[in-house]
Amino acid sequence: MNAVWSYLIAFAVWPGLLFAAPLGWLELWFMRKLVARLQGRRGPPFFQPFFDFMKLLGKETVIPRGVNRGIFLALPLVSVGAVTAALAIVPLPGNPVPSLPGDVVLLLYLMEVPVLCEVLAGYVSRSIYGQVAAMREALLSLAYNLPFLVAIIAMAQEAGSFQMSALQAAPYGVVHLLAGATFLLALPARMKLNPFSIANAEHEIVADSHIEYSGPPLALFKLSHAVELVLLTELFAVVFIPATPWPLLNLLVYLAAGVAVLGGVTLLATATARLRLAQAFRFYWVWGGIASAVTMAATLVR
Amino acid sequence: MNLIERVVAISRRRSPWICRLNAGSCNGCDIEITPLLSPRYDAEQLGVELHGTPKHADIVLISGTLTLRSREAILDIYAQVPNPKAVVALGSCPASGNVFAGSPLVLSESLDSVVPVDVWVPGCPPRPQAILDGIARAAKLLEDGATKSQLQNWLGRLS
Ligand code: SF4
Repeated sequence: MNAVWSYLIAFAVWPGLLFAAPLGWLELWFMRKLVARLQGRRGPPFFQPFFDFMKLLGKETVIPRGVNRGIFLALPLVSVGAVTAALAIVPLPGNPVPSLPGDVVLLLYLMEVPVLCEVLAGYVSRSIYGQVAAMREALLSLAYNLPFLVAIIAMAQEAGSFQMSALQAAPYGVVHLLAGATFLLALPARMKLNPFSIANAEHEIVADSHIEYSGPPLALFKLSHAVELVLLTELFAVVFIPATPWPLLNLLVYLAAGVAVLGGVTLLATATARLRLAQAFRFYWVWGGIASAVTMAATLVR
Repeated sequence: MNLIERVVAISRRRSPWICRLNAGSCNGCDIEITPLLSPRYDAEQLGVELHGTPKHADIVLISGTLTLRSREAILDIYAQVPNPKAVVALGSCPASGNVFAGSPLVLSESLDSVVPVDVWVPGCPPRPQAILDGIARAAKLLEDGATKSQLQNWLGRLS
């Protein structure tokens, strides 16, 4: 009973929906504001992502003809659920969830579910643009997952365990730096930011795979993206930033690290133009591959 | 009106997403929309986002004289915009046909006879600040529940 409650609290309150949604909106606002400032604009007001979400909640949902209603509406729910469940496993300070052996594997699996939902959303919508976006998303995930997974697996090898708390507590070393860099390499593509915004290229394929979505389901997809930003940045902070014995200080450091990482990827996104799918693939298989090989080698020589 | 409805209504004003529909424009009106999103006018301050698909839009900007062939497209795209929605007519063309009036290829009727127009932005082409003002007024109508489509829905529910 106790464990069930702690999971529920982690899912719904901290670090789950109740805190992750505002945090995700804050991060979205920060990114949009930074892009605007870099372009010499004023940028959106502070509550903009919240207003966007509330407005979408109040809109009608148009379901295209011939689309399976159940799947169409379930996908955004599954996406939010999976990404929040993944965040609930991350051992942020104050997270009530007990650390289980092998929860890294669960985390990695749950993190793939939103990607899968996006791909399926593109295909079930029966829109040709949505299908192209879905195909690009699926292929791109094959590219960026190489450095992403290797970075986490190398840390697990270093810590000698597939347990989040062990990863967090691993003594700091050179593998942290290498694996952290490999992780950062995969981050812009995971966040679908600019040089790798191939799946949501609004100029070529109108919108991402949510092109046929409107109203509350679209709001949930946007929420899922916001929570995913929190998840990715905090995962980076928890795994690659050394923890101090003071939880409150840890929390501040983690949040600051998250904002810093977002600032970095946003800078990259504003400074670059979109690559083609083949170029992104070559980049990840060559440079991501080299980074992965170096990281793995570093864990083995020790 | 309870609290959540109130927040949703305010959000409608603070987050108007637009999509553009060229119903036979000379491109003069459309090209004046681009500066809205650029540093000088920066419509994102008002929460305006330009979306390519009508499914994500709250406000449709319709420009151009209405040609015989664009009528169906206007109706089709208008129907795809989820409620509540507003229509902003850009330029003199949608109102009167402007210099194209009388041509055998244009409808020669006001846009209002095809879809309910909430805000007219006059000019040939209108200035960017006038377009931005039109969007802001349409967003205010959305907040008040006073766009023509919202009023029609409301009347439909009464009867
Ligand atoms: S109003 Fe003038 S600028 Fe606009 S589409 Fe008509 S002719 Fe062109």
